[in-house]
Amino acid sequence: MISVQRDDFDHCEQYQALKEEADGDGAVVTFTGLVRDFNVQGAVSGIHIEHYPGMTEKSLMRICSEARKRWQLGQIRVIHRVGTIGPQEQIVFVGVTSKHRKSAFEACEFIIDYLKTSAPLWKQEGTSEGMKWVASRSSDQEAMDRWANTTNLS
Amino acid sequence: MIQIKFFASLRESIGTSSLNLEYAGENTVADVAHELVERGENWRLLEERDVLCAVNQTLCGKDAKINDGDEIAFFPPVTGG
Repeated sequence: MISVQRDDFDHCEQYQALKEEADGDGAVVTFTGLVRDFNVQGAVSGIHIEHYPGMTEKSLMRICSEARKRWQLGQIRVIHRVGTIGPQEQIVFVGVTSKHRKSAFEACEFIIDYLKTSAPLWKQEGTSEGMKWVASRSSDQEAMDRWANTTNLS
Repeated sequence: MIQIKFFASLRESIGTSSLNLEYAGENTVADVAHELVERGENWRLLEERDVLCAVNQTLCGKDAKINDGDEIAFFPPVTGG
C-alpha cells in the first residue's frame, strides 16, 4: 500500500493493518519520520513539502519492488505526507512484514534510504528568515550507496 | 509537442512550473536543456551538474533519449523523508 497524502496518519492503525495482513510472517518493522523542531540554522517552525504528482507514487512503487527483489517480504506500507506540516508532526511511514526480523529491518531501512534519494519530494523549512529550501545531504546518498551491491540478501 | 515541468527551487528560480515545446527532433534531455538555457540567465541552472531529470516520470540521465509526446522534468536533488 502506497499513499501520498496531505492528511496525517495513525501509526497504530498502520501497524494493526500490517499485523492483520502479515499472514504467518514473524516480523513487523515500522519507521516513522517526524518533523524536527531544529536544524543547522536554528529553530524550525514547520515544513512544506512539494512533490511531483504521479511520479512520486510511481517511484514509491518502484522502491517497493526493488525491496522485494532483495528480500522475501510479506506486506509493505509506505505513506508520505505533502503540503504544510507542523513541528513534531509525522511526515513519513514505512512498514514491512517478513518471515524473519533481519529481512524486515533491512528492507525497512532500504526503503527509507532509497526514498530519501530518489522520490521526487522537496522540503522547505520555516526559519526566522522565512521559508528556506532544505539542501540535500551527502550522508543520505552515502546511506543509499551502501545498498548498491546488495541483492538477494536473504 | 513535449511537456516540460520544473519543481521546487528550480521552479522558483526560472519562474515557471511548466511549458510546452514544439518537438523539433531533439535527441536527448541534454538537447532540450541546451535549448532552454537560451531563454535567460536563470535558465542556465538547467545545465548544472546536480540538477536531476526525469522522462515520463522516471528518473534518468541527461543523455536519456526523448520522443515527441514525452513529459520531461527538471528538479533539484530530492529532500523528502
